[in-house]
Amino acid sequence: MIGLESLSLSIHGTPILRDIDLSIAPGKVTGLVGESGSGKSMTALAIMGLLPNGSDVSGAVRLGDENLLNVSERRLCDIRGNRIGMIFQEPMTALNPVKTIGDQVAETLLIHGRAERREARRIAGEKLARVGLGHMPLTRFPHELSGGQRQRVAIAMAIALHPELLIADEPTTALDVTTQAQILDLLNEIVDEEGMSLLLITHDLAVVAGMADHVAVMKEGEIVEQDATEPLFRNMNHPYTKALFAASSHQPDRKPLPVTDAILTADAVVRDYPTARPSLFAPPGRFRAVNEVSFTLGKGESLGLVGESGCGKSTLTRAILGLDPIQGGRITAFEREVGPDFPNALRAGIQVVFQDPYGSFNPRWTVERLVSEPFHLMPSPPKDRRARVAEALTDVGIDPSAMDRYIHEFSGGQRQRIAIARALITKPDLIVLDEAVSALDVSVRAQVLDLIARLQAEHGLSYIFISHDLSVVRSITDRVMVMRAGEIVEEGVTETVFTDPQHDYTRTLIAATPRIPDDWQEDGQHA
Amino acid sequence: MLRFALTRFVSLTLSLLIASLVIFAVIEVIPGDPARYMLGINASEDAVAALREQLGLNDSLALRYLDWLGGMLTGDFGLSYTYKVPVSELVMQRLWVSLPLALYALALSTLIAIPVGLIAAARRGSAADYSIMGATQLGIAVPNFWFAMLLVLIFAVTLRWFSAGGFPGWDAGFWLGVKSLTLPAFALALPQASILARVMRSALIETLGEDYIRTARAKGLSRRQATVRHALRNAMIPVLTIIGLQFSFLLAGAIIIENVFYLPGLGRLIFQGITQRDLIVVESLVMLLVFAVILVTFLVDVAYAAVDPRLRRGR
Repeated sequence: MIGLESLSLSIHGTPILRDIDLSIAPGKVTGLVGESGSGKSMTALAIMGLLPNGSDVSGAVRLGDENLLNVSERRLCDIRGNRIGMIFQEPMTALNPVKTIGDQVAETLLIHGRAERREARRIAGEKLARVGLGHMPLTRFPHELSGGQRQRVAIAMAIALHPELLIADEPTTALDVTTQAQILDLLNEIVDEEGMSLLLITHDLAVVAGMADHVAVMKEGEIVEQDATEPLFRNMNHPYTKALFAASSHQPDRKPLPVTDAILTADAVVRDYPTARPSLFAPPGRFRAVNEVSFTLGKGESLGLVGESGCGKSTLTRAILGLDPIQGGRITAFEREVGPDFPNALRAGIQVVFQDPYGSFNPRWTVERLVSEPFHLMPSPPKDRRARVAEALTDVGIDPSAMDRYIHEFSGGQRQRIAIARALITKPDLIVLDEAVSALDVSVRAQVLDLIARLQAEHGLSYIFISHDLSVVRSITDRVMVMRAGEIVEEGVTETVFTDPQHDYTRTLIAATPRIPDDWQEDGQHA
Repeated sequence: MLRFALTRFVSLTLSLLIASLVIFAVIEVIPGDPARYMLGINASEDAVAALREQLGLNDSLALRYLDWLGGMLTGDFGLSYTYKVPVSELVMQRLWVSLPLALYALALSTLIAIPVGLIAAARRGSAADYSIMGATQLGIAVPNFWFAMLLVLIFAVTLRWFSAGGFPGWDAGFWLGVKSLTLPAFALALPQASILARVMRSALIETLGEDYIRTARAKGLSRRQATVRHALRNAMIPVLTIIGLQFSFLLAGAIIIENVFYLPGLGRLIFQGITQRDLIVVESLVMLLVFAVILVTFLVDVAYAAVDPRLRRGR
């Protein structure tokens, strides 16, 4: 039994956690849910004794008869990895790139003096087999593994010594839905078989609904509500829980626009990438990222593109934007062929919003300059530049006085609004939204989705909405295409595809998406 | 790994060929008569003609290039015009001073810089870190000839532990040779170690912030264990780059220090070759240095691959 008693934390004087009381029952899954910045991860790091410098922590973290806040660093090193294991969100960077996976798993055993080198490697092999990597040689390096496989290695490392508690901090957030489902299944199995406790930290209510026995909801460093999972979802006593739930299943209020003639057509588009040369003097190999994709987008239509990472979504997007040459087929927009020679004046009619609200702005430019940048595409930039920027900012719900500020002064949601303003400034016909809401918290995401829906109605925009998140695509598109390994495997009216999927792959995707059981929800909450 | 090294080796050979062409073109083909240049404005036509004959300047360009290239491959770099001895002989004498000096300085610089950078990074923000950063700042700022003179003043003039300059030759005994290279090596190593320590520190600080260090700590490794077992090797890539650059510099860039300590090294030979307009010596030496730089780059590339498995597949 691990218990947190009035755990409070401040870092350099800023309060981060306040009076956290949580008991993690043996052999059970405890879910900790909240938005970014709510203190979920800091709670986990406080249990591990891995808080950043400048932390001031009070209360108690009880493990057995010890308070982990009071024991020595040496003692904590004995406990970490041995009695408490932890896995993290980002499997791509969580493993040391220069050590083999076998060595990294064996290290857990070696560091705690549980086995000699040979024996440790044998056990490492067993543990890797336990997490479903039995076919994987121990001598593989992390870069030779996929994200899901790396997360399995991380789990093998964390459970190698059979700890009492496993902490999983957003273990599947960076993974595709089907991989997420496999990793969650694996975690469930391990908890059942090994009788360890699991503290599952996530922003996704549906994930905890499917996994946890007990759920605690966090907001601004406090646990606002906790209960056994089903009663918590049925009752939702705290308004924040309700708000979080409503936001996560939010449906923007939108009506399909009357679709007129096509503004963009793709006809048998092929995009090849060169790969490494098979031998020194041989020509480079080819990887076909987009294979004969055809579709038509009408004016005023919202078209979804879903698929897992590596399926070719982003490559197709780059081709549509005319950023890369294509190796076959034809993309036509506004009756001209799209490609590197696409005229700038027409290019102004297609704009894009990217996923990362932090990386897609030049930090040294003012918002005015950022938003007005697409003007250079126009043959004659408008004279009333500031007025146009003010108009675009107002349109996305940002006060025009923000014009003279810099991007670091804005939150993730505000930045994404500014990115949309930048896309709107040339009054385009088509906006490509490439995972545009994926990095946002659920409540912010709901607001941005509303904004996207409103702008479409007001300006008669067409959207290509690219996402790995099926529920978001379902709420904002009229038609959807499902992409897999460079090909469109299914295409149709969004509701039809979701309620009656024809292709096996579409069915797999829908089945893998975590859901909150329908009968847990009160009428009216799920609009 | 073998294929990686092979790929690199092919590109090394190509680089060398291109470099030889450029050097040949610059020195032999550009307007002006090398023979007249070497003899000076007042030379008689007969003397120039004789030198042209001796240098083989009357042959066709292609023939001269192949001749030069073939000569170098067989160890024949031609005859120095001023010293009247084979260039290869001159170079070998000097190389036996410059190469050990460069290696000595590099070893010192690496042995000082890596632990110092490690301590500074591991105790980031502490008094030790600040003093190390201050000291390295000073080490970069102080001109190395000044530092060399300071070393002479303290260890040769006052304490009389080392001689103030000169090189007795390796025939006089290994330790005597090492001893006479010690002060110059320290003078050369100081700024290099300062730069390297700073690179080590920043590379390590960046690596210590990586997710896999947190993973290692979650497995139960102490801060020190995580640094030594996981951070150090990952931080080596930028450090290796700098070490490679420094070696190339140390081999030929030690002119000032060689002058301060009266060492018969390559730097001084180049300098003399240039002032005496001995194009044959200059041409051969430049080629030799290009070869050294390219070879070091090759070794650094192979070392990268040894450190980082992601680079092992030949590109």
